[in-house]
Amino acid sequence: MRQQSMFFKARVGEKLADVRLQANLKTARNKFVDGRAKAVSDYNETADFEALRDAGEAIRKRVIENLDTWLELFEQNATARGATVLWAKDGKEICDLVVGIARQHGVTKAIKSKSMLSEEADLNAALTAAGIQPVETDLGEYILQIAGDEPPSHIIAPVMHKNVDEVADLFAKVHDKPRKTDIPQLTREAREVLREHFVSAEMGISGGNFLIAESGSVALVTNEGNGRMVTTLPRVHVVITGIEKIVPTLEDFATLMRLLPRSATGQSISNYVSLLTGNKGAADSDGPERMVFILVDNGRVGLLGTPFQDMLCCIRCGACMNHCPVYQTIGGHAYGWVYPGPMGSILTPLFTGLENALDLPHASTLCGQCGVVCPVKIPLPELLRELREQQTEQGLRPHSERFALKLWGWVATRPTLYALATKIAVRYLNWLAGGRNRIEVLGLAPGWTAGRDFPAPQGRTFKELYAKRKHA
Amino acid sequence: MRVALFVTCLVDLMRPSVGFATIELLEAAGCTVIVPARQTCCGQPAFNSGERAAAVALAKKTIAEFDHLDDFERFDYVVAPSGSCADQIKNGYLGLFTDDAHWRARAERLAGRVFELTDFLVKVLKLQTVPGEFAGSVTYHDSCTGLRCLGIKEQPRALLGKVTGLSLREMPASEECCGFGGTFSVKHGDISAAIAGKKCVNVQAAGADAVVGGDLGCLINIEGKLRRMGDETTRVLHIAEVLAGKLTETPPKAAG
Repeated sequence: MRQQSMFFKARVGEKLADVRLQANLKTARNKFVDGRAKAVSDYNETADFEALRDAGEAIRKRVIENLDTWLELFEQNATARGATVLWAKDGKEICDLVVGIARQHGVTKAIKSKSMLSEEADLNAALTAAGIQPVETDLGEYILQIAGDEPPSHIIAPVMHKNVDEVADLFAKVHDKPRKTDIPQLTREAREVLREHFVSAEMGISGGNFLIAESGSVALVTNEGNGRMVTTLPRVHVVITGIEKIVPTLEDFATLMRLLPRSATGQSISNYVSLLTGNKGAADSDGPERMVFILVDNGRVGLLGTPFQDMLCCIRCGACMNHCPVYQTIGGHAYGWVYPGPMGSILTPLFTGLENALDLPHASTLCGQCGVVCPVKIPLPELLRELREQQTEQGLRPHSERFALKLWGWVATRPTLYALATKIAVRYLNWLAGGRNRIEVLGLAPGWTAGRDFPAPQGRTFKELYAKRKHA
Repeated sequence: MRVALFVTCLVDLMRPSVGFATIELLEAAGCTVIVPARQTCCGQPAFNSGERAAAVALAKKTIAEFDHLDDFERFDYVVAPSGSCADQIKNGYLGLFTDDAHWRARAERLAGRVFELTDFLVKVLKLQTVPGEFAGSVTYHDSCTGLRCLGIKEQPRALLGKVTGLSLREMPASEECCGFGGTFSVKHGDISAAIAGKKCVNVQAAGADAVVGGDLGCLINIEGKLRRMGDETTRVLHIAEVLAGKLTETPPKAAG
């Protein structure tokens, strides 16, 4: 997916002005935030969700600290079950490998369940260019595809920026059928269209929520059941996933499954949980003849041993964005790449270059809620701050901003000068207020007063008044 | 008990009445309050903006003023009427000196003595009564840093419960950020103001006479947005002012 994070500020303006998007964001926020809160409180009736987070963090850290070992074990066990394990360094290698596998097996159509790696690699465009038709079967991804290959705006609810009315219009137009607004009816209509693709596609492409080292399996966590069709009906099943998705044992997987749906959608368990292992055996009634894993680096190895290593613990639940006041206000598209919200504001600069996503690490109030809800306790606010420091160290911040902060810092370390400067500042602000209790246009910080007033100061600094009081 | 007041740069500049209310509260509880004269800012704006050098310089300056190596016993505690600044001194400084044993040790020694005002009043002073009176209802906004980094949640509510005449009405989502975020409020002013708008809708939903908070940054943001939305009646007050019964509000003169 083409990275467009440099347009962040301009996009924000559009998103804030989009009344329909704002309504959709509010609905999503209420569903996700209230859903998780209820799931956690239900869980806490008989157990301790914080202890579960600790356990999840420990599992993920154990893997990431010895990633190579666990990957080798996974490769051994997956291969022993007949699957092929391939490695991709970047998005282009993913595309080349998938197109190669498709050609080898005479594939003309590939059905897909959700895969964020596919978004990272822009796989659909590559397949189309190679004459292979990609068909998204996750309902949200399907909607985006027929809407003209729109990018997802959320990692688990890709089409949350659209409401039912927009989908109804789209279906009526694309499917050329009478417009309906009932969600079960819309879903049925999509299912009817997709069914034909399910039975005719020669290849299924899925992501993977977890890779289980001890069994060589991939775990898929879905709510629609399309994942099962994609991974069992076609002759070939290709799993594309990041190398960090590995967990050591099925027991560890069970622990993480207590965390993932609760954090993501507020479900105690998702509608479908599938564990897929190896090629179709002689005794199996269904399954692919060829199962291929493409395990992807695309920037992940570079995070090992850096302050950002903890990002590899991420299990892609979306809780950080669901609970982020900034994401809730602008939605996912403004962030300009595959991953939005706090985790996206960290991963986008790390994966696509610090200089290409300058606004993202600053697009946070550092309110800390993302760190509170993260199921594997990634210190997201600290990592955002760390990225800000790296921007400064690499000379990537605007000169005016750096000058202002440095000047302020210089003055603030000189108490006498600071006292004088604040005395003048208070009087200047009061002059601007002109006897009123507020300033409506603040030339020094126009960003502040464009959307709100700036309260007038009381008129003297504390230091002035305190000195007077002491000498009175 | 000798308590050093960390005034905070926003109180110094915008609302000195909060500083004086804090002094009155501490003195009413029997503390001797000292105001180190050379204090300026804790450096959090630099820290959060990635300007580490400036953050370190201000941290050293603040530590030196509040942790005199020779006569440290001058203060038993340092109290700030802000969770944000208190957290920066208590926790933020430690991260600035990971490679500097001398300053790390001084930062740690200071950290143990630093408290946010309501936390101090409840946990250390175990205050039973407060001087303030307030005829009306208030709703309390939980500021992010105080809430999530220092666990400030019940302390302000317990104290507000002791104010004669005051009734507390909780707003929906009181723990959600108001959108201030320090320099974020200027860098991404449009997002910041939009988040503030949601907070103000929640404030108004509580239907209280005043919104009260423990951090002036949030309060300036909320007040600015309420007034821009045309709400001229909901008062915006710092908890120190309410507890001390000193309601000197921002307007030097009446609006208009």
